[in-house]
Amino acid sequence: MTVIVASFWVLVKFVAFVAVTTAIAVPLYHTVLVATEGGGSGRRLSAFLWRAGFWAIVVVIVLVSVFPFYYAILSSLESGTALFRVNYLPEAFDLSNYRQVLTTSSFLHSIWNSVLIATITVVAALTLAVTASYALARVRFRGRGLLLMTILAVSMFPQIAVLSGLYELVNWLGLYNTPWALVLSYTIFTLPFTVWVLTTFMRDLPVEIEEAAIVDGASPWVIITRVFMPLLWPALVTTGLLAFIGAWNEFLFALTFTISENQRTVPVAIALFSGASVQEIPWGPIMAASVVVTLPLIALVLVFQRKIVAGLTAGGVKG
Amino acid sequence: MSSHPAAVQARAGISLQQQRARAAFWFLAPMLVMLAFVAAWPLLRSITLSFSNASADTIFNGNWDWAGWKNYVEARPRADGSIRWRGVLVDPKWWNAVWNTVRFSVMSVALETILGLLVALVLNAEFRGRALVRAAVLVPWAIPTIVSAKMWGWMLNDQYGIINDMLLQLHLIAQPIAWTARPDTAMIAVLIVDVWKTTPFMALLILAGLQMVPRDMYEAARLDGIHPMRVFWRVTLPLVRPAIMVAVIFRLLDALRIFDLIYVLTPRSEGTITMSVISFQNIREFGKYAEGSAQSSILFLIIAVFVVLYIWVGKVNLTGEGGR
Repeated sequence: MTVIVASFWVLVKFVAFVAVTTAIAVPLYHTVLVATEGGGSGRRLSAFLWRAGFWAIVVVIVLVSVFPFYYAILSSLESGTALFRVNYLPEAFDLSNYRQVLTTSSFLHSIWNSVLIATITVVAALTLAVTASYALARVRFRGRGLLLMTILAVSMFPQIAVLSGLYELVNWLGLYNTPWALVLSYTIFTLPFTVWVLTTFMRDLPVEIEEAAIVDGASPWVIITRVFMPLLWPALVTTGLLAFIGAWNEFLFALTFTISENQRTVPVAIALFSGASVQEIPWGPIMAASVVVTLPLIALVLVFQRKIVAGLTAGGVKG
Repeated sequence: MSSHPAAVQARAGISLQQQRARAAFWFLAPMLVMLAFVAAWPLLRSITLSFSNASADTIFNGNWDWAGWKNYVEARPRADGSIRWRGVLVDPKWWNAVWNTVRFSVMSVALETILGLLVALVLNAEFRGRALVRAAVLVPWAIPTIVSAKMWGWMLNDQYGIINDMLLQLHLIAQPIAWTARPDTAMIAVLIVDVWKTTPFMALLILAGLQMVPRDMYEAARLDGIHPMRVFWRVTLPLVRPAIMVAVIFRLLDALRIFDLIYVLTPRSEGTITMSVISFQNIREFGKYAEGSAQSSILFLIIAVFVVLYIWVGKVNLTGEGGR
């Protein structure tokens, strides 16, 4: 009992500490920002100090965000003893880690598995979601609110809650250790997510277009495929991309439903990467593999930056 | 959609509304069948299994028996008359996992909210290179969790890690620390990585709220000579509070079920094992399906409460009728 009270007390102290620090730091910091933006009213020196403070904050944010990935790239280009000497600037350009990773057949299998599984999952989810979200966004029927609430709730499910039941199902269907087990299980989070986001997008399409189509005698199916689909392309790309990232990164199901090296997806392969001995973790190849699977993601996210931010805030969804 | 042209309605044999409702049913059916199959059924099965004695030998052939509440709590009288309590609810290992989950969730979400607010305030200011900063902030979010866990695992390495090197050079520590291995620092390591990875998401959600504060409001306050500190408390914070609340509960839901980061960064550490991890280990590694299912069902119940809270507090606009 005393242990519980004591440990709870630690938490309370932590929260109190954070609250007090915030109460002081955030407004102060906001002051800095507002003062800076105002173009520096008042004396020159204080204006300069405000500016310097602001840029210092910006530099810290950028450095902290980018440094770990920079360091992963830097480490992936070093091998042998160079890897175990800490250096902050690039010193070597040794591609042997990449050569090793990209000639390991199980890792190539993993990349292929991940691409295949994520693509099929996303296409399937979008296909089911387009018609469903039309019904949810555009047609009034009883129980619509309840249905949407259920879908939202499912997307926030803890995956572990379905794990043993799903394990049983996957075995029963004979899908254990195949990509289809993952396609099936990833539907749990990609489908509710795509339905929810597409519903919010579809709701914002102008009513007049649909009314015009109805006057012309178009059936709901024609309205979706001929009228709405062309307008929905941007939304489909955004939603599909976010769902793809979700499926690409998934770990729990992939770890549970695969057993052989060649069936693993990329996250599982990286997590279980092993060296010649148990003691020796192959950091160089792990970093190279990490860079290989992350660079395309970062490129995609940066290219579709604006759309992704819009999609995330529209859905208020998983990060 | 409330006013369909009357002409159309007259032309249709059955009413247009009826026709649309029928179409809606067929549009929804495939999705609902799919969700019932992959989500509802496995969930019910997991809960069912939590009342069974299913083990690795019996789970797939159905030879298990009912165990009632025994997996949750069971009183076993000993020969001498005293009672031995068994089950998840009296298992110190489970309560350790619960405590770790709560500790992790509260600390990570608190830190992420504050840092997210700070980053959002910067991104909301107008300055040259803002697009570049925003792109940089998105990088941690774009990196898969497993990759971040490995990257930070390397940076936090006790012998060759760059974090220890930095701290040593700054004379903040005298000896390298085995961050991920030591029970007292493992949670710190997990928090560092989680905060690093998730703050961008928080910042983006809060930024969306901040951008709804009209810019001339600040201008007006400045011209009136109101201290920026007061502006923050009186204008900015009340306006972004709803956005922050929704983001916080959303993150909390995610934090309560955390699995991958902890499983990869600090494997088998008593100091960080969470409810999801302990349940996974029982199910997948020890073949204790019944016990693992009981644990996952408890976690499900806890998260269900938070989901209801999210929908209620966030006043989630379900049907899109009426403003937020």
